[in-house]
Amino acid sequence: MNSGTLQINALQLSRQQQPLLSLSTEIHAGEVLTVMGPSGSGKSSLLNWLSGLLAPQFSASGQIVLDGKDITHLPPHQRHMGLLLQDPLLFPHLNVAENIAFAMPKAIKGAQRQAQILAALDSVGLADMALRNPASLSGGQQARVALLRVMLAQPKALLLDEPFSKLDSRLRQEVRELVFNFIQQAKIPALLVTHDQADVPAAGRLINLAEMEAATC
Amino acid sequence: MKLGQSLYDWGIRVAPWLLFALLVLPVLGGLIGVLLPAFGWLPTLGSQQVNLLAWQQLWQQPGLPQMVTLSVTSGVLSSLLALLVCLLLLGCFYGSRGMMLLQRIFSPLLAIPHATAAIAMAFLLTPSGFFSRVFALLTGWQTPPDWLLPNDAVGVSIMLALFLKELPFLMIMSLAALANSTVLTQFQLAQSMGYQRLTAFCKVVLPQLYPKLRLPIYAVLAYGCANVEIAQIVGPSGPPTLAVAIVQWFNDVDLHRRFMASAGAVLQLAVVLSVLLAWWCAERLLAWGLGRLLSNGRRSYADAVWQRLSWLILGLVGLTLVLAMGGLILWSMAGYWSYPDLVPDTLQLSHWLTALPFIRLPLLNAVVVAFAASGLALLLTLATLEAEQVRQKPLSWLSQSIIYLPLLVPAIAFLFGVVWLQEQLGIAPGMGTVIASHSLFVLPYVFLALAGNYRLLDPRWASVAASLGLSPGAVFVRVKLPLLFKPILLALALGLAVSFGQYLPTLLTGAGRVATLTTEAVALANGGSRRLVAVYALLQMLLPALAFLLAYWCSKLFFQPGTKTQSNASVAVK
Repeated sequence: MNSGTLQINALQLSRQQQPLLSLSTEIHAGEVLTVMGPSGSGKSSLLNWLSGLLAPQFSASGQIVLDGKDITHLPPHQRHMGLLLQDPLLFPHLNVAENIAFAMPKAIKGAQRQAQILAALDSVGLADMALRNPASLSGGQQARVALLRVMLAQPKALLLDEPFSKLDSRLRQEVRELVFNFIQQAKIPALLVTHDQADVPAAGRLINLAEMEAATC
Repeated sequence: MKLGQSLYDWGIRVAPWLLFALLVLPVLGGLIGVLLPAFGWLPTLGSQQVNLLAWQQLWQQPGLPQMVTLSVTSGVLSSLLALLVCLLLLGCFYGSRGMMLLQRIFSPLLAIPHATAAIAMAFLLTPSGFFSRVFALLTGWQTPPDWLLPNDAVGVSIMLALFLKELPFLMIMSLAALANSTVLTQFQLAQSMGYQRLTAFCKVVLPQLYPKLRLPIYAVLAYGCANVEIAQIVGPSGPPTLAVAIVQWFNDVDLHRRFMASAGAVLQLAVVLSVLLAWWCAERLLAWGLGRLLSNGRRSYADAVWQRLSWLILGLVGLTLVLAMGGLILWSMAGYWSYPDLVPDTLQLSHWLTALPFIRLPLLNAVVVAFAASGLALLLTLATLEAEQVRQKPLSWLSQSIIYLPLLVPAIAFLFGVVWLQEQLGIAPGMGTVIASHSLFVLPYVFLALAGNYRLLDPRWASVAASLGLSPGAVFVRVKLPLLFKPILLALALGLAVSFGQYLPTLLTGAGRVATLTTEAVALANGGSRRLVAVYALLQMLLPALAFLLAYWCSKLFFQPGTKTQSNASVAVK
């Protein structure tokens, strides 16, 4: 895995010319920066801007530097930003193993490819689910496959958009640990947006957009 | 109030049966009506014995293999081209601002009737047409070239005209199928994993889109292989496509040729079914062969090249459309137009003034038939969808397929049987029979246009209204219909557009007694003045365009809180 720092420089995010969010920060390898705030405060738009998928009604200025490289104007597929969203969004036309294979680099081929997929599934207790239809998996199982998929894509940074919000409390704790362990082991920067205080990792930094807005006012 | 509720109850109980009866009975009855004469049984012509004479006569027809080949190649190649271009454009623009551009370009094109598309293509391709004049600018030609377009023997003109109509249809169907935001997020997710745009589209979106596009593709294939008006206008005459030949045999003064025509209609059905079967096999083969590529991890397949190609194609399609429509407008007002000038020497309105006195009746007929057929289709569709919601049981796969039946079974294969049934039942051909036959073809489009919006309507609206004391009938009329006002109007406009463009059903079930703009335009296109044909083609296009404009205008006028109409209504209530 690549390690590095994610820098957000002088971001000004607007929706239809209305200022929404200003931010400058740096996230180090293995660190999780949590951004909290009420609905409509621009949390998800921040992730969309970072991943290069900002909707047309939004506009943004600023710079994104990942691993020392300016990626602000790169298309989404060249940014190496992994995305983990509220829903697992497993591809319904592929089975569990194929969903994971989809994310792996092409250079890993044949038996090695199969072995990595099985090892990954085994590591989260899903070894016998490789050929299953994703829809037949429980919510927690789907969340774990989604995490494996993003891990094996070998991202240089991870963007998390309330990935635990639809899980029950037991699963939530389990998946949260898996995700934060992965970030630690892979030594990549991560940005988590959530509106639930319980999701904030103990060792991470926190930016509360509601407080920022209040301070600005 | 009780009467209204009883009417509602009766409507939602009966409408689904009526809808399926209207779709299935004419098609099945019509098929029986051509199958029996194909095997020698037609008592009105004195034949009550089953035999194979009609088939022997059919096999002896000169050029039969060429007719079948022309029908198949023009239908399959135009559909394949339309599908590939549609997917390429979608792949390059999906999830971007370009999607709006695609919607804006292709939505109005859906309203162009087939006959108009064929006439516009004929004007474009003819040796003195716009293409040749544009070439002349580059090459210095002073006389029109000696090429056999349109009406070429290979069917290139048919393919281009079909492509012009099929591409917008497939595009609009795809855009509707892609309205699901989950697929867009999955597409973005694939891009975040390093997949380039078109590759991400092919590996993530296409496998989910194609199953929803399958029936529209089959409809396009069936129409492409068995269309009459396009092949009649831009197709060759010696030999023509099978469908055109069948119409000629049916209309022959020698009534005994009807036996052979019926056999031809059965052959046409077999040809279409074989094409659909072959396409289905090709789908399976491709899915099996390409399935393993989905998860091989390759992020790009020369995406940049395809991206450039898609812009080129979009430009070419745009240019063809501008030249085709521009050509129609110019020809409708052209005085003397010498070659190779790009515009006529003089422009005049005399062709319009000549045509206008003759179009009143065809125009009136077209409007009456279209409103009656679309109104009936809309009522049946609304009641069936409401019944589906009330029963909380979605239509089965079989029922959904039946809705496509009139689009999948070639019209030429069963309409002659319908005419025969009409004769057997003593129903005089006229306005009523034309309206009924139009409803058959309008119904699938109205249903498909409305079903998505109806099913997606948040059920909590109805729950809230019911909790406020409204009966199911009142909820339907006072809550659902106003909330769905815009899609309802657009479905009605689509129905009108489909009806305005119908040629074969009008001609056959009306026994030639109900003239519409389309029947007049097709008749004129085969040998009439080019300027007059252009006037009819433009008028034919104007009607559906007006229907869509009216739908948009009315949807903005009513049930929009805060608008003038609404606030006046509130004052009146107070």
